[in-house]
Amino acid sequence: MKIFLSFVRKEFQHLFRDRKSMLILLGLPVMMMLIFGFALSSEVKNSSVAILDYSKDEMTLRVIDRIDQSQYFTVTKNLNSESQIEEVFKKGEARLVVIFPQNFNDDLLHTNAAQVRLIGDASDPNTSNIVINYASAIIRDFQNEIFGLQKLPYEIKVETRMLYNPQLKSSYNFVPGVMTLILMLLGAMMTSVSIVKEKEMGTMEILLVSPMKPLMVVISKAIPYLVLCFVDLILILLMAVFVLDMPIAGSLPLLLAESLLFILTTLSLGLLISSIVDSQQVAMFISLVGFLMPALVFSGFMFPIENMPKPLQIVSNIVPTKWYYSIVSSIMVKGLGFGFIIKQTVILLGMTLVFLAAAIKKFKVRLA
Amino acid sequence: MLETVIHTENLTKQFGDFTAVDAITFDVYKGEIFGFLGANGAGKTTAMRILCGLLSPTSGEAKVAGFDVYKESEDIKKHIGYMSQKFSLYNNLTVKENIQFFGGIYGIERKRLKEKTNELIERLGLVHEADKLVGSLPLGWKQKISFSTAILHEPRIVFLDEPTGGVDPITRRQFWDMIYEASNRGITVFVTTHYMDEAEYCDRVSIMVDGAIAALNNPSDMKKDFGVKDMNDVFLELARGAKRGE
Repeated sequence: MKIFLSFVRKEFQHLFRDRKSMLILLGLPVMMMLIFGFALSSEVKNSSVAILDYSKDEMTLRVIDRIDQSQYFTVTKNLNSESQIEEVFKKGEARLVVIFPQNFNDDLLHTNAAQVRLIGDASDPNTSNIVINYASAIIRDFQNEIFGLQKLPYEIKVETRMLYNPQLKSSYNFVPGVMTLILMLLGAMMTSVSIVKEKEMGTMEILLVSPMKPLMVVISKAIPYLVLCFVDLILILLMAVFVLDMPIAGSLPLLLAESLLFILTTLSLGLLISSIVDSQQVAMFISLVGFLMPALVFSGFMFPIENMPKPLQIVSNIVPTKWYYSIVSSIMVKGLGFGFIIKQTVILLGMTLVFLAAAIKKFKVRLA
Repeated sequence: MLETVIHTENLTKQFGDFTAVDAITFDVYKGEIFGFLGANGAGKTTAMRILCGLLSPTSGEAKVAGFDVYKESEDIKKHIGYMSQKFSLYNNLTVKENIQFFGGIYGIERKRLKEKTNELIERLGLVHEADKLVGSLPLGWKQKISFSTAILHEPRIVFLDEPTGGVDPITRRQFWDMIYEASNRGITVFVTTHYMDEAEYCDRVSIMVDGAIAALNNPSDMKKDFGVKDMNDVFLELARGAKRGE
């Protein structure tokens, strides 16, 4: 045990000596949170709208005014002809063009069927989708206001409610995502690199000749990263709550416990990588390309897994980040208890054991 | 009667069809400086790894410090020191931290380790460098520190795998003074080298060719047997007959 402690102490000395890496390891989560929180916001606010109004009557002015008033849109330009639409999009002066045909007011009042055309710039499909939806909603609201009093004979009223995230805040989506990515990065990459470094430097041989058990060597190398992962985790959660105003809906102890499990998963993945490769570059490459990319793509954080082709959906099941992401968003956003995430937990646990067993086996084979 | 610290009998290691170490038999005695020579690929490293408890032999017998290499490799590890051809300290730790770390993993008790560390630093004349990073020191110093940490826990045997590779002649000479000193304290030194002048410094020398021990004697008798003037010629004489290349 004492031997073990002196080893762990040495690992911390390594870590603290390397100020640059420390800065990166602690700064990265803060940076990612800030970038995702403020720069990469997928909420659409203050989108510029161009108007092509052939009627120019009282009703269209009211609609335009309503659009302009909303926090999502700002009317920036009035167009005179359809030929200007493309130009506006090309110059990036508007994300949305709203077109009112002639006699909008009359049509609306007399035939009960007036048309509005919404044209979105779908070169950015997600944003244009959101913009169109917002605009439609605003117009629908307006319509209900006008005709609300005179009840139509038949009516299907659609009432939508966005559960768990009524304001559609994107932090609800990316905070779990950032947690997943950071832990994956630190756990798998840093651990594997630090172990492979010993191999590359030749110090591994010295350690193996010492009375320390090989397994102990590897475990004590992983411990500082376990601690660091946890520090980063706390950092992210603090930022989520206090900077981005994202409450933790579920139980914090449960969240921390599940995170610990995921950290163990990534660490054992790191150990597995380090037991296979012999150079730091290869370790880095494997963890970045082989694990971080799939982690990003298949976690469901950036791209919904349901939209992927079936084979890819199946592939996504073997990516540990998918399960952790689902756990985190269940706890943090939906506030679910352990009962709802048993499946994910068991899968993560299974993966950890498999990685660990494979790493140990591989490690022993190399020594024989 | 001399005390035997390493004993091997028909020690063999095969990797598939390839016999890396072919039935070697020898004894090493307490306090002896035993030179373990051979061309690259002759099987030196494999033999050494078996004796250090890193590899399990295929057949034959071997005892190191009285412990069996098959069953008691953990005990062996506690009683040996090891220094490899690759630089074996941590560059981004200080001299002091390195010594304390290696002392620590051999289970030297904390208070004792502190004393030993200070004593060692003083003996090496590194008082001013104690808190400097090892990476900033010249290679010769590093090798000396490396050797000192390898014998810090007073092992029965220390294995040196080409310890003086890339070191200048003066530092090499100083290094050998340290080896003599250790041997006088009763530590057995098992050393591999490619420098034939160093072979002359050894009490006894074995030369491996193609996995087997081709000659084993003290340097002066060995030269006499082959009728040549220096160890270099002995080595060339034997290595020329080797079938394995690099």
